[in-house]
Amino acid sequence: MDIHEYQAKEILSGYGVKIAEGGMAYSPEEAVQRARDIGGHIWAVKAQVHSGARGKAGGIKICKTHDEVEAAAGALLGKRLVTHQTGPAGKVCGRLYVEAGTDIAKELYFCFLVDRSSERIVMVGSAQGGMEIEELAENNPEAITKIYIEPAVGLQDYQAREMAFALGLDPELLSHAVKTIRGCYRALRELDASMLEINPLVVTRSNELVALDAKMGFDDNALFRQQKISELRDKTQEDPREMAAADRGLSYVGLDGDIGCMINGAGLAMATMDMIKLAGGEPANFLDVGGGASAERTEKAFRLVLADKGVKAMLVNIFAGINRCDWIAEGVVEAVKKIDMKIPLIVRLSGTNVEEGRKIIADSGLPIITAETLAEAAEKAVQARNEAVAKEAAQGA
Amino acid sequence: MAILIDETTRIIVQGFTGKIGSFHAQDMINYGSNVVGGITPGKGGQTHLGLPVFNTVKEAVREVGAEASIIFVPPAFAADSIMEAADAGIKYCVAITDGIPTQDMMTVKNFLRRFPLEQRMMLTGPNCAGTISPGRAMLGIMPGHIYMKGNVGIVGRSGTLGYEAADQMKRLGIGISTSVGIGGDPINGSSHRDILERFEADPETKVILMIGEIGGPQEVEAGMFANKHMTKPVVAYIAGLTAPEGRRMGHAGAIISSAGESAAEKVALLKELGVTICPAPAAMGETVAAVLSRL
Repeated sequence: MDIHEYQAKEILSGYGVKIAEGGMAYSPEEAVQRARDIGGHIWAVKAQVHSGARGKAGGIKICKTHDEVEAAAGALLGKRLVTHQTGPAGKVCGRLYVEAGTDIAKELYFCFLVDRSSERIVMVGSAQGGMEIEELAENNPEAITKIYIEPAVGLQDYQAREMAFALGLDPELLSHAVKTIRGCYRALRELDASMLEINPLVVTRSNELVALDAKMGFDDNALFRQQKISELRDKTQEDPREMAAADRGLSYVGLDGDIGCMINGAGLAMATMDMIKLAGGEPANFLDVGGGASAERTEKAFRLVLADKGVKAMLVNIFAGINRCDWIAEGVVEAVKKIDMKIPLIVRLSGTNVEEGRKIIADSGLPIITAETLAEAAEKAVQARNEAVAKEAAQGA
Repeated sequence: MAILIDETTRIIVQGFTGKIGSFHAQDMINYGSNVVGGITPGKGGQTHLGLPVFNTVKEAVREVGAEASIIFVPPAFAADSIMEAADAGIKYCVAITDGIPTQDMMTVKNFLRRFPLEQRMMLTGPNCAGTISPGRAMLGIMPGHIYMKGNVGIVGRSGTLGYEAADQMKRLGIGISTSVGIGGDPINGSSHRDILERFEADPETKVILMIGEIGGPQEVEAGMFANKHMTKPVVAYIAGLTAPEGRRMGHAGAIISSAGESAAEKVALLKELGVTICPAPAAMGETVAAVLSRL
């Protein structure tokens, strides 16, 4: 789960990280009020969307008058921000963060993340901030310092000092840097964050260390013990279909294709989508219905897939283990009847009680296309999709 | 000999008397696994499914000589159960539980490393379907009947995709020595590489099928190991050709978050390392068959 910059800053500020003075705004008037409250002569008006690289996408505006703040807020609110992290659909900005301008002397990169390879938390820093870390890793990998944290004893002061020196900080800033780094580490550990990135971390002209941006991501598996973090969820930043699926206990990811999928198991789901692609089609979604696919769950999954009006054909692929194919088949037949499905449906069943399952589908009298193998299922789905598209085109003409 | 488990392995079930634990314990017993008891703290001394219930894993090791354990404990308590098994001297543990916090798994892995290698418990999972040595023993939740006994080793992250592979092989008359699920989480007990090492040492296994997916470095690390240290051929399929960057595809670990983690990149690297690639998920069986026929 991701949170907004202003939320991450509020958290980090509680852990001793210095941030610029700022406040939230939902309207241009509020934005101007925040600028008045903050005072000074320069402000940053920042779009709050769940994505990095907001500056490049025009989501951050530097303003020198209250009129400029008002105009910037008006332009940003409701705007769809498209970055390389949001995908082509982008994310709508519904909240702003107005912050006092910072007099920057130096920009640095700093983050903590869970490293899968070493199975440890790693601290990453570079004296060359402001750039995306991926860019830096490609162009100038020797400018990046990585320090691994021993889980049993946690971050040590000497490691924080090593990082401070690697960042090229003035010795005068050392104790503050150690405090900042330790605070970030504590936040990551105590709140079950999987990543915490400050890019840029800046040294101001008055020689202070300030987090100019902040990004935090949290481990979904740990949210059960992080009630306060769960409450920070901003549903407007997530795909509504994915949210609806999560509320129903289904795992769904919307994609750009037009062949809808319902599969049990994440690996088999990815493999089935690969098979669709190899057969010349494009999947409309990833959907794992999980192990206990009851009739009720099956119907919910069908409704979710079909809510995407771009779907031209639907493929169901179930390998029953604990599940039974006859139960699944009953659920599918029931769902198709209830929903009054208009598009072609391809069903492939395998595993426990497969013969009984196939019989139920065959006896239902419904125009369900069946397949025995994974390859056959994908080919038939692509064929049915192509026929449906051709028919539509003919009707259109 | 298969790897990790056979019909003699003395198995206990942690989370024994719960609904899920009971169901799968019975299923494993029906398959022929040597289940010798289970753990439910506070219910020690009772009998469940005709077997003794213990309060602690240490008691089960002492009383019935438990060697392997399977964990059905809920996510919030599962890391604790794994560490209890390791401390009690269990040799091999399968964690089925889905949803264990990543930092808990970090603690578990660190705890396991404290033991000298020869005393260290082997862990597979969490978030997996378990391990099966067909015809001998099942320590998992898979449908046992789809696996045929033979000499192909399978290691994979996914449950149902592993079933698909076993099914494709059975249709071609190819059997399996052991199939190991390492689970879909970002930090797991054993990696693809760890399991390849076991298969290399197993005289019964002739070919290994590795079923990987997007996210993380494990498939490529396994490929490097195979390239340097293995005599047996490795066949691989990597799922997630259509997965977009930065999106989690069901498994907590199935997310492309840095260079080299997409299916296409992994396939390219594995090819260079001499691993035979399955061109499609529907071709796992035939690719293994082709490699077997060349031996």
